[in-house]
Amino acid sequence: MLRLEGLTKVYPTGDKALTDVTLDIPDGEVVALIGPSGAGKSTLIRCINRLVQPSSGRAILDGTDITALGSGGLRRMRRRMGMIFQEYALVERLTVMENVLSGRLGYVGFWRSYFRKYPQSDVDEAYRLLDRVGLLEMVDKRADELSGGQRQRVGIARALIQDPALLLVDEPTASLDPKTSRQIMRLIRELCEERGLSAIINIHDVKLAQMFVQRVIGLTKGVVQFDGPPDALTEDVLTTIYGEEDWKETIRKVEGGADDEEEAA
Amino acid sequence: MPQVIAGDGSRIWMLRDRKAQFTRWAAWLVGTIIFLWCWQRISEATEWFFVWDAPRIAADIGNRAMPPRWSYMDKLWAPLWDTLNIATLGTFFALIMAVPVAFLAARNTTPSALFIRPIALLIIVSTRSINSLIWALLLVAIIGPGIFAGMVAIAIRSVGFCAKLLYEAIEEIDAKQVEAIIATGASRWQVMAYGIVPQIMPAFAGIAVFRWDINIRESTVLGLVGAGGIGLQLKGSLDTLAWPQVTLILIVIFATVILSEWVSAKVRGAVI
Repeated sequence: MLRLEGLTKVYPTGDKALTDVTLDIPDGEVVALIGPSGAGKSTLIRCINRLVQPSSGRAILDGTDITALGSGGLRRMRRRMGMIFQEYALVERLTVMENVLSGRLGYVGFWRSYFRKYPQSDVDEAYRLLDRVGLLEMVDKRADELSGGQRQRVGIARALIQDPALLLVDEPTASLDPKTSRQIMRLIRELCEERGLSAIINIHDVKLAQMFVQRVIGLTKGVVQFDGPPDALTEDVLTTIYGEEDWKETIRKVEGGADDEEEAA
Repeated sequence: MPQVIAGDGSRIWMLRDRKAQFTRWAAWLVGTIIFLWCWQRISEATEWFFVWDAPRIAADIGNRAMPPRWSYMDKLWAPLWDTLNIATLGTFFALIMAVPVAFLAARNTTPSALFIRPIALLIIVSTRSINSLIWALLLVAIIGPGIFAGMVAIAIRSVGFCAKLLYEAIEEIDAKQVEAIIATGASRWQVMAYGIVPQIMPAFAGIAVFRWDINIRESTVLGLVGAGGIGLQLKGSLDTLAWPQVTLILIVIFATVILSEWVSAKVRGAVI
């Protein structure tokens, strides 16, 4: 379980990116983080694995205070948090297999990783994951040869091979077409269910978020404005998060039967 | 430019006002005076007789230099091989030294921007600012004449060049790929090997062959100051007025440079 206590980030420029964010995310819960650009969504998930150093407050994963860890402890803790990025952040000039195996870097020594001599169990797991995300025939392709959706699948496999307890997902669909976006979101949710992972997903597409998550958190100017089930997102709520606009078309219609199967799953 | 309204009320447009126009005119005047003065100084220091005579002399040397003395080639293979070795080994050792310097100099990888980065930049500037011919002169005095002095001269001269281009490449890498590797829990060295090295590999290969290409040229003249290679033969032939040999050496140098150009183009094409 992940617990954030009064997490605050003030950048050296004086910009307050996060103000006193307190949240509990139980195991296995998939949460969407919505909010306007610059609301601090990226900062929030980066404060959890300390790619960004929080100014104050605590982030506690399964009883360990991440903010208090030294560099060695932080590295071991990062292994338990898989991260998925907006523009995939694959190492473009490495192959798909190398990219997936790079998720194991926290577990293997330098020379083993340098000579690509990963333990057989890691390689087996990499093949299993690539099969699961449907990229088994792409193993030896270079990452920059893949399409956007394929790259994001590699990114997902890289995060999962870490054997994480938590997924931090930063705008996974922002660079993808609508159909691929749905497929990627579905894949992330299915994998979370299969492995009992919790996930925090930053996302701009409110409708898409509503389809695939159990809980939505709205962030505005670094402050949590909304925290509730996807169906509780009303036009009024979106106005408090994003500001005045006509939100009718943005929200999934609760009474529409077509999408209910998504929720039942 | 302030607007000027003419008598009939129409707005007159000029690119520059009177003051700017005068300043430009004065700058041109000063420039012309400086040029004429310099010209005069050079003219005073020149024996114009030799200059007027130059085409005839050039034609004369050209006549005497033709045809090249092909049989001299037997004596050129060894120095040519030396020249290639000086350039190649010099580049190799330069790269070994340049890589750490580049990582220390790049803003995103330096351990300390305040103390270590300036030192790395100083190494880059100081090795770059001195021509390899001058390095060779110094080194011939220090470690004696020969190939080794030439190789060290090439290596030292190339460190700054390679390190500068490499650290610029390091500063231009995509930080997101590095961030992704850090997020896996990788160690500092693993981040370097997985996040940074793959991104700078094409730049590294390009810099290596580019510098090797330049070093082939530079090493052909090192012999002039006694640092080994084909320049030694060139100097000997020039001193003894053996013009047909000079022609042959120039042809050989030209061919070598063309060859190195071709090789480096091929390598660059293959890496990128």
